[in-house]
Amino acid sequence: MPFLEINSVNKVFQDITVVKNFNLHVEQGEFISFLGPSGCGKTTTLRIVAGFEQPSSGTVRLAGADITTQPPNRRNVGMVFQSYALFPNMTVADNVAFGLTLRKKPKDQIQRRVRELLELIHLPDRSQNYPAQLSGGQQQRVALARALAFEPQVLLLDEPLSALDAKIRDELRVEIRRIQQRVGITTIYVTHDQQEAMALSDRVVVMSQGLVEQVGTPFEVYNYPQTSFVAAFVGTLNTLSCAVVDAAQGTLACQGQVFETGAPIAHPAGHALALMLRPEELRYGPGGGQNRLAGEVLDVSFLGATVRVRLKLGGSTLTADLFNERMLVLPRIGETHTFSFPPHACWIMPQQPAN
Amino acid sequence: MVPFFVFIAFFLLLPATVLLTGSFQDGEGQFTLANLASLFDPYILKAYSISLQVSITTSLLGGLLGFLVAYAITVGGAPGWMRGILTTFSGLAANFGGVPLAFAFIATVGRTGFLTALLKTVNIDLYGTGFTLYSFWGLTLTYLYFEFPLMVLVMTPALTGLRHEWREACENLGASPWQYWRYVALPILWPSLLGAMILLFGSAFGAYATAQALTGGSLLLVTILIGQQIRGDVLGNANLGYALALGMVVIMALCLTGYTVLYQRTTRWLK
Amino acid sequence: MTNGRRATFWAWLWGLVGLLYFFVPLYGTLDFSLRAKRGEISLLAYQNVFGDPQFLASFAYSARMALLTILISILLVVPTAYWLHLKLPKLRPVVELITLLPFIIPVIVYVFGLIRTFSRPPFLLTQTEWTTDLLLASAYVVISLPYMYRAVDTGLNTLDVHTLTEAAQSLGASWPAIILRVIVPNLRVAILSGALLTFATVIGELILADFLVRPALGPYMVLMGQSRAYEPAALGLLSFALTWISMGLIQFFSRGGAALHPSGR
Repeated sequence: MPFLEINSVNKVFQDITVVKNFNLHVEQGEFISFLGPSGCGKTTTLRIVAGFEQPSSGTVRLAGADITTQPPNRRNVGMVFQSYALFPNMTVADNVAFGLTLRKKPKDQIQRRVRELLELIHLPDRSQNYPAQLSGGQQQRVALARALAFEPQVLLLDEPLSALDAKIRDELRVEIRRIQQRVGITTIYVTHDQQEAMALSDRVVVMSQGLVEQVGTPFEVYNYPQTSFVAAFVGTLNTLSCAVVDAAQGTLACQGQVFETGAPIAHPAGHALALMLRPEELRYGPGGGQNRLAGEVLDVSFLGATVRVRLKLGGSTLTADLFNERMLVLPRIGETHTFSFPPHACWIMPQQPAN
Repeated sequence: MVPFFVFIAFFLLLPATVLLTGSFQDGEGQFTLANLASLFDPYILKAYSISLQVSITTSLLGGLLGFLVAYAITVGGAPGWMRGILTTFSGLAANFGGVPLAFAFIATVGRTGFLTALLKTVNIDLYGTGFTLYSFWGLTLTYLYFEFPLMVLVMTPALTGLRHEWREACENLGASPWQYWRYVALPILWPSLLGAMILLFGSAFGAYATAQALTGGSLLLVTILIGQQIRGDVLGNANLGYALALGMVVIMALCLTGYTVLYQRTTRWLK
Repeated sequence: MTNGRRATFWAWLWGLVGLLYFFVPLYGTLDFSLRAKRGEISLLAYQNVFGDPQFLASFAYSARMALLTILISILLVVPTAYWLHLKLPKLRPVVELITLLPFIIPVIVYVFGLIRTFSRPPFLLTQTEWTTDLLLASAYVVISLPYMYRAVDTGLNTLDVHTLTEAAQSLGASWPAIILRVIVPNLRVAILSGALLTFATVIGELILADFLVRPALGPYMVLMGQSRAYEPAALGLLSFALTWISMGLIQFFSRGGAALHPSGR
């Protein structure tokens, strides 16, 4: 039985449906991300699980019990807020201990647990400091410790890294995953940063405008997107407008060239479709004779481990990511170069209206 | 800019100095501490006592009511129309004092006032219970009219400064609303609360016009006493008035200092 | 998400208590003031007030004093605050402290000091009417200083005083010109707020006027209170209305005269 069930949850705010028919089953110990742009409903859904919002319809079940109408201070979930929300009038130790203090645990047990958690978050000497004396990253770690102290069944994180600098964000991201795996707690993580979601999660829930676009592992979501939104939102995407040439053969015509997709297409000849391809699938050079394209180099960005080349192909722009090699001769702007990609690397989706 | 300082020197600092030096002089202009000593005369002490009682009572009651109304406006989430009216009226009522305020309360809860008459129609005899407007409690009631709005005005920004995530974090960790107030909100708010109540205290302590209009001098506050002194009344020692005035200023200065200190503490947590 | 917050029971309760405390005395005063004629609602009390020459005289007197006070106040405060902002920012805390002094010194104490200082040589100002008036106006300036200074100071904070001054100077303006043509027009709202607050303060003021024995509105009201029953209630309400109008005007001008709200097109 799934540990956490969110069943057919809808949330309506003043005539606007911000969450539409949200369904998700989470196994114990899983790390799930809700990924999507602002306003997609991810935070609202999280808050429904936390108990700060009531769903307009649908239920939430935790370990078999229906918690939909339970007040937030009775649920056994721990929450980490974007703005840390540490109590400024309490020391780090008191903040972390707060959940246990409320539950009237014995003093020595509390002290032990606080020490344990401060070790876990690598801040053992800061127990007597006040939040104002800590950096943003340190405060967020304390917030995490506080949420974990009373051993909740689920950990909820609402964009915990958005307020931090890039470098701290990267460090803390690793920390959060390490701690989560160490403790083994079921976790839901809300973010709009797809790199974060992909790096941390066992599964990702991609949302847009209140709807779940796709649920899957990072690999699935990246390589097998089910909707154009997911394809475009996660990672960089090349899109070419094409028309079907031969449905059985699976060939398409784009910008005057014919490409093979390696699988039959369920649309008649002439039907307009979008061909989608990840930048890293484009190989530099003629390749094995399949799916070649020649474009004029518009831009070359040397990013260290990768080299990003932007190409002009007819009326479209393509992005190609190449691995760096010391012996690589970088393409130059204005030159025409040939790239190729294997048939199965691409996929097709319905044409989207230009926006 | 020079005219400004000259003006201040002449019309503010000079009278202040005259008062200060006068407190330490006797009738012939000789230095003496006798005036200060006579501040401990039982008659005078009684006046200070009454003033302090009125001021403390008003600041406590006004503080409490003002805080609760400020709570209703901010965290409590009263409906928009109620919030608007309460905020506007707090701004208005905080400036409404003196003689017109006394008149308003006489018209409402005086012997023949509107509310008194209204209560009579449901068989409640207000003055029969021993209540009278022209007394300690009547004055307190009247003072509250401008005191609690002052509290509302000061506490509203402080309460707005309470981040709602703190309350949510508390709830998430298992706290009841009462526990949130006890462990987080009130500890954070107490400098503002205390500071605001000190303001209220000072405001009531220095008030004259309302008391005079309401009680006609029968309730012997320090301010009333000073007023009588100015008119050359019965205390017999002209320089005592100076000492009374000095005593008042010292108390008010303490209030302002207390308020400033607490204000610094407030901004520390509620930024 | 603040709009979606459900009001708690306590919010309703204390909100209502607050509303009652505000409105019952006002309504009571209104009701009382309309009962001057036995057994019926009438505006008799108001008619008596407005028909009383002494009322009009004392109102006119207080209004004149208020205007005089505002004038002196502006002339003193605006250049000073401007100069402080521009050249002497270090002195600002000192001046702020000075402007807080009227809060520490209760008016009754202040008037005591004034009388003792100015009713005898060498600063005898209480002999003639017009010198007493001058004294009174000066005293009013002092007690309304916190409001006026604060309003102007806040207004100056929103301006980039240095840049404006330099721009004006580079165009050839002299100091009076800078103040009159550049600074003051940008401080219109602030000055107006200060002026309205001062006006409300002076009109309703009792202590200074009473002890300096001048025929202002305050002492007139006390006199009414001693001899009449219904007229004081009318006066009380009128006084409140005046405060309301002053505050309303301040709000109105602070919003740039925006009496029309865009209707959500």
